[in-house]
Amino acid sequence: MMTVGLFVPCYVDQFYPKAAIATLELLEKFNVKVSFPAKQTCCGQPMANSGFSHLTQASDELFTEGFAEFDYIVCPSGSCVLHLKDHLHSVKHPQKAEEIRSKIYELVEFLVDILQVQDLKARFPHKVGVHQSCHGLRGLKLAQMTELVAPGFSKPVHLLNMVDDLEIISLSRKDECCGFGGTFCVTEEAVSVKMGKDRVADHVLNGAEYITGVDLSCLMHMEGILKRQGSMVQIIHIAEILNAN
Amino acid sequence: MKDHSRLSEVFNEDEQRVNWHDETLWWIRQKRDKAANMLPEWELLRENASQIKHHTLSNLANYLEQFESKALANGITVHWAANAVEHNEIVLSILNRNGIDQIVKSKSMLTEECHLNAFLESNGVGVVDSDLGERIVQLAEEPPSHIVLPCIHKKKEEIGELFHKHLGTAHGEADPQVLTEAARQDLRSVFLTRRAALTGVNFAVAETGEIVICTNEGNADMGVHLADIHIASMGIEKIIPKRKDLGIFLRLLARSATGQPITTYSSHFKTPRLGQEMHMILVDNGRSRQLGREEFRNSLKCIRCGACMNTCPVYRRSGGHSYQYTISGPIGSILAPNLDMQKHADLPFASTLCGSCTNVCPVKIDIHNQLYQWRQVLVAAGKTTATKRWGMKIASTLFAYPALFGAAGKLGRSLMKITPYLFKNRLNPWYHQREMPAPPEQSFREWYKKQRNNKD
Ligand code: SF4
Repeated sequence: MMTVGLFVPCYVDQFYPKAAIATLELLEKFNVKVSFPAKQTCCGQPMANSGFSHLTQASDELFTEGFAEFDYIVCPSGSCVLHLKDHLHSVKHPQKAEEIRSKIYELVEFLVDILQVQDLKARFPHKVGVHQSCHGLRGLKLAQMTELVAPGFSKPVHLLNMVDDLEIISLSRKDECCGFGGTFCVTEEAVSVKMGKDRVADHVLNGAEYITGVDLSCLMHMEGILKRQGSMVQIIHIAEILNAN
Repeated sequence: MKDHSRLSEVFNEDEQRVNWHDETLWWIRQKRDKAANMLPEWELLRENASQIKHHTLSNLANYLEQFESKALANGITVHWAANAVEHNEIVLSILNRNGIDQIVKSKSMLTEECHLNAFLESNGVGVVDSDLGERIVQLAEEPPSHIVLPCIHKKKEEIGELFHKHLGTAHGEADPQVLTEAARQDLRSVFLTRRAALTGVNFAVAETGEIVICTNEGNADMGVHLADIHIASMGIEKIIPKRKDLGIFLRLLARSATGQPITTYSSHFKTPRLGQEMHMILVDNGRSRQLGREEFRNSLKCIRCGACMNTCPVYRRSGGHSYQYTISGPIGSILAPNLDMQKHADLPFASTLCGSCTNVCPVKIDIHNQLYQWRQVLVAAGKTTATKRWGMKIASTLFAYPALFGAAGKLGRSLMKITPYLFKNRLNPWYHQREMPAPPEQSFREWYKKQRNNKD
């Protein structure tokens, strides 16, 4: 049986356990053996994107030791996966780190590319807007990017289309950044919030009841804005929709 | 000095204006998309352009020498300037030698980079910018806010006001056609009376020693054809090996910049006309240093189309002036720190690293990766604050010890419930315009321990 190590990013663990539980349950539906190694914290991206990549050594070693044994590593966050794919290094176990970099997957790409899921027993009777998180989109290429002259596709939409009674709304700007950007959201507060407001408005004006995506960091930022506006529109991680009955 | 974040905050005080700025530039991005999609071979063109630039930068010295010898043979005087000061001195000496104290200039970001106008004016030489957008910012005494659309931050009513003051148009006149006509009439007498014309360069062809200048207004041609002296300033990265390479670059440039299939004028200048003097100034000004920085070398591929600015969600909502450098937006943010790391340390952080810039760039510069790399370089060079350093150290320690991290997380979540005022206050930039996420009863790891621990 295929073994999968579940990596739950630091902020998902602390603030959005429901998304992690949904990820776990969803994977288990497809007959994979999923474990959650206790020795895990963060992918190191908050440090690295702030210019402190030299401080990620300890979390990199921890990650490498915790996850080397699995066939695959799956994580419900495109941004963290992209960071590890690009930057995970280990002094103690360089070979293992390199292997991890090629066997770590974001949840949606794992479901589509590795498990090749054709059918989901899920139902979510709502109007849903899909937020294309930039790192999942332009880094992991989960969908076609509007800047390129190339045929369209979308792995998240491919899966969402298997969910009963779900209606995907269309947006006026398909893949504009929401402005979260890691520490950018506080160091560049004014622009970050304005970007978030604009992104949220696109979903709201087009009738979304829920905004979903592969990255809770973006969704958390948009949730903060929606709540401040007193909006009824909610955010939800894609795993929770794909696992909904 | 105010940094990008602070200036953006000021720019965002007028939200309607931010919306207008964002939509104007997004409209140009959409025009670019339409134009690109008309060419099925678009991605191939980008790849070819990128490779040609790669090859050229790898052999830059040879191509520069080839260009120089061809240009000399064509009757052009060639000057080399190591930096902005030398460039400006060369221009002034040419003018002084010919007793000229007034010049007309078409658009050249290089001369902006060298602050030529201010230098010449302090030496008694009057400069009139003949590109309409440049003329507008010159009258407003502001730097350009965009490399292709220098006055994109100005509304037509504001331009009307400016023209009323300087060119005598009627008060309240804001019809673009009327304003353009007024500028045209005003410039006409300038073109007729200036003996020297300065232009930029879009492409310099090593094979033939000619230069190509792309404009929509024909103002470079007007200036040059009516003047006795033509001075063309170019950065050393403007070289392309062969004339046929233009077939790729000209197709990409205008489509990327404005969505036009080609600029109205693509003017080739190869030899001076009878009786005319033609000077080329090849400027380094930090370019060879950037060429020596392996991770940032590719930034020299830039053909200054401005597409990365138009697509940048930050630029659209912070305005060009928030970058405080001649070249704003994503590309400016990777060029500026090369010239002055201290002064421009804020720029590589003025990005979410969304990567849209990299995708639109016609020469495939990996802009967002270079922004990431600059962050590492700047922090290593100590261009960061003590608060940030300590914050990062504490975070990295927490992340090194799962038990500590779990405990800190739990503590943090309970504090959010017991003492919400610790988080919901004005000192927390997250909370200023956003609610905090609601802390759940238990973290995933706590849930897992209870529910599934028998498994591990
Ligand atoms: S970096 Fe690329 S997109 Fe930006 S101005 Fe230069 S050529 Fe154009």
